Amino acid sequence: MISRRSFCKKSLLIAGGLAIPLSCLELFDPKRLLAEKDDTGARWVFLVDTRKCVGCGFCVKGCKVENEVPYDANVTRTWVERYIVTKDGKTHIDSPKGARDGFPNKGIDIGHGRLEEIKDDDIEKAFFVPKLCNQCDNPPCVQVCPVGATYQTADGVVLVDRSWCIGCGYCIMGCPYGVRFFHPVFHVAEKCNFCYHRITKGMQTACVDSCAFGARRVGNLRDPEDPVTRVIMTERVNVLKEEYGTKPQVFYLGLSKEVK
Amino acid sequence: MVHGEAWTIKEFFTYPNEYIYWTIQIVMYPFMTGLVAGAFVLSSLYHVFGVKQLKGIARFSLVFSFALLPVAMLPLLMHLQQPLRGIEVMMTPHFTSAIAAFGIVFSTYGMIVASELWFVFRKHFVETALSLKAVEGRSALQQGEYLLFSILTLGAWDISHEALETDERAVKKLAAAGIPVACFLHGYAGFIFGSVKANALWMTPLMPVIFICSAVVSGIALCILTYILTMEIRKQLARRRRLAHPELPSMEELKSAEAHVVAMTSRYLLMFMVAAITLELLDLIFRGYTAVKSWDILRSVIYERDFVNIFVVQYGLGNLVPFVLFLIPGLTIRRAAVGTVLVLLGVFMMRWNVVIGGQAFSSSFSGFMHYVLPIWPDSMETLKEGFFGAMIVAVVPFCIFYVLNKVMPVFKETH
Repeated sequence: MISRRSFCKKSLLIAGGLAIPLSCLELFDPKRLLAEKDDTGARWVFLVDTRKCVGCGFCVKGCKVENEVPYDANVTRTWVERYIVTKDGKTHIDSPKGARDGFPNKGIDIGHGRLEEIKDDDIEKAFFVPKLCNQCDNPPCVQVCPVGATYQTADGVVLVDRSWCIGCGYCIMGCPYGVRFFHPVFHVAEKCNFCYHRITKGMQTACVDSCAFGARRVGNLRDPEDPVTRVIMTERVNVLKEEYGTKPQVFYLGLSKEVK
Repeated sequence: MVHGEAWTIKEFFTYPNEYIYWTIQIVMYPFMTGLVAGAFVLSSLYHVFGVKQLKGIARFSLVFSFALLPVAMLPLLMHLQQPLRGIEVMMTPHFTSAIAAFGIVFSTYGMIVASELWFVFRKHFVETALSLKAVEGRSALQQGEYLLFSILTLGAWDISHEALETDERAVKKLAAAGIPVACFLHGYAGFIFGSVKANALWMTPLMPVIFICSAVVSGIALCILTYILTMEIRKQLARRRRLAHPELPSMEELKSAEAHVVAMTSRYLLMFMVAAITLELLDLIFRGYTAVKSWDILRSVIYERDFVNIFVVQYGLGNLVPFVLFLIPGLTIRRAAVGTVLVLLGVFMMRWNVVIGGQAFSSSFSGFMHYVLPIWPDSMETLKEGFFGAMIVAVVPFCIFYVLNKVMPVFKETH
């Protein structure tokens, strides 16, 4: 009869022996390797021209309607910030309701429902900056997701699987740009996905379509003839928070040093 | 209403999507995990390093660590927006995430503690099962007990001297293996925060080490406190029972045993406290000295907005006062009890200041967020992530400990 000791030893050996070849199957999944090497498709990027944005907030409205983000909820996939730099060197920033209704007040929103009035004579410069998910090349949100519900497609867009997200909020914490939030209806992590359902069909994103001033554009970085790619390659563009090493893929024209 | 809106107050410029997303449950998580790890390290001091004076508290802290273990998971579950999917962290972990380590570390640690407990209490299981077997005409309750203890023996009925010595050796090995795993269990909780590069307050490689040191501090403090409380109850019980059974230890015997164990354990508590405070202060000084871009807003949070929480409650009440209390010669039980309560408060506030303080400022470095702890719940959300949710997490380990103590009596030897 087999002794308990030898039974334990042998079953450990068999389990270990089985585990090694099985893990190799996962390591060398040819389909996955091919998908990772695939650089023939598109690489979606975004171009924001801050010199053209007037802060009307149509893009925010358009995005909310297109992407089923509740209209009155105080979260948004994209927003517009207003910057007012006064002559004393101070920077005043606000984005009431993400600028969904534009900027109806002249005063700067400083929270608690209070407004800070700034005299016209004190203003040195003022401008608007639209923000959205940067679809980073090195996305920290994908890195930190404990179940892989946030993932990056081969064409560079970071997506969230709503049926898989556990709602821990680690990705929200990991994003330096504050673009992520919990969807008030689905209770999972939510973010801008460059209107993936539209751009993959050759359409423009909802915010690009809503912008009457051409301040927002979406393009394919792997197509040298793409007008957006040409701007990024030939003009002086900038990105947000480069110091985090996330390699953001939303490029800005006319970015000012005050932008946070 | 958006998640987080119920308890977040914003001031100046914050990004529109920013709220306090990690609330009191995420404060409770490292706090409870720390207690688990700390209690285990305390029990290992006797089992591995042979600190004989800690024999009295070693078994106690081991069982207590096991009671705390399932509770380390509870705050995470209560915090998840999709709690039913929580198991996926174990089933389909994505290993680039620090949280994914949870399943492996947690279950490894659980198995180590469970098997160590089995070796420690095997003799008791066998003896109880045998004594119940001998009873003629067992009642339903006794039959149930007999079945339970027979199963717990796992078929190993040998309690000869040699077999028990083998058990001892196994306990030693398991306890030794458990120390790094316990440290890892809590170190990775620190890593979860320390690796978030988007957060200026959390982003430091010291975070896991700071967490481990304060974990051991909190674990030892809770063990001392619970030990004192249980001993008090036992003293009262002993007084009553001694009338019927004079062979039981007298109140004086119990008292001196208690004082001795508490004094010894406090010394280890002090050692780990020094390490924990040194590291925390090092981190603070280093940030001020290097003063990178984020220092401006960090300084205003640390020295102005959270001044009372950090310097008065955490460092003052939670570290300095108990430090003095323990250092004054002739430690009494009452003083030790007050000291350990304050130490626990200090460690809790340290977790609070890290988790909530880390979210007190916007990623834009231009605005602040204030967290208002929901007391009276008006929805499931404010119940789970409010005061009562935290209280549930705090009370459950004591209930589990009570049940475990029925199966694995921690004070049996002194009976």
